[in-house]
Amino acid sequence: MAETKAPAARPLSPHLQIYKPTLTMMMSIVHRVTGFGLYFGTLLLAWWLIAAVSPSSYARFEWFASSIIGRLILFGYTWALIHHMLGGIRHLIWDTGRAMGPAEREWLAAANLIGSIAITVLLWIFGLLAMGGPV
Amino acid sequence: MSDTPKHIRTPLSRVRGLGAARSGTAHFWRQRLTAVANIPLTIAAVVIMIMLLGRNQAAVAQILGSPVVAIIMLLFIGSITMHMRIGMQVIIEDYVHDEISKLVLIMANAFFCIAVALTSAYGILKLSFGL
Repeated sequence: MAETKAPAARPLSPHLQIYKPTLTMMMSIVHRVTGFGLYFGTLLLAWWLIAAVSPSSYARFEWFASSIIGRLILFGYTWALIHHMLGGIRHLIWDTGRAMGPAEREWLAAANLIGSIAITVLLWIFGLLAMGGPV
Repeated sequence: MSDTPKHIRTPLSRVRGLGAARSGTAHFWRQRLTAVANIPLTIAAVVIMIMLLGRNQAAVAQILGSPVVAIIMLLFIGSITMHMRIGMQVIIEDYVHDEISKLVLIMANAFFCIAVALTSAYGILKLSFGL
């Protein structure tokens, strides 16, 4: 291995705290945070799938999913999923070299945030109606 | 760096072949590949989940175990767990600089993602084949 001694102390490039927060920057951070959350949220998905095997284990899962805490976690999970998906589409657009101008990237960031909240709320209204009410 | 070189080989020749040459874009590519796959698979999985809301276990088990739904869910699980493994590795490499901690976390990440994938797949397959 090519080992070198620690170089002399040099100034570091500026980090987060030196910048004024901007929408695109916050959305970048939120993309990572939602990805991090979804990672652990897959435990719920795995639980749901193995719980579906027997009535008693499914009843336990349903008890959790319909509790206040469960509903809050699932609502957060839905939003994180939709937000990360829309953010991912934004990244795929950027990967082609498009929509990197100041106006476009601001517009995309706002659309990502508004879109994720709107879709999440619509999905939940639809889901609660499908279940026959919020209770 | 000391002023007197210990090697006759140039710094460039010493690092050649140790880096990410040729395979360095594998994670980048796979992250995009699974990202693209995740879009239709997530939409399909969300539709399936909404369809199953409020149904009893027998109905959920029957629908989840039906061929098309089971295959979509297996693809969904496979794609998202591969995607999240790469994503979490990026986070670990960004923030964990101690070599041992980093290796331990990257291993734990692999174990977690594979465990989630296989546990979920086990549930779906059990419903499908009724074992």
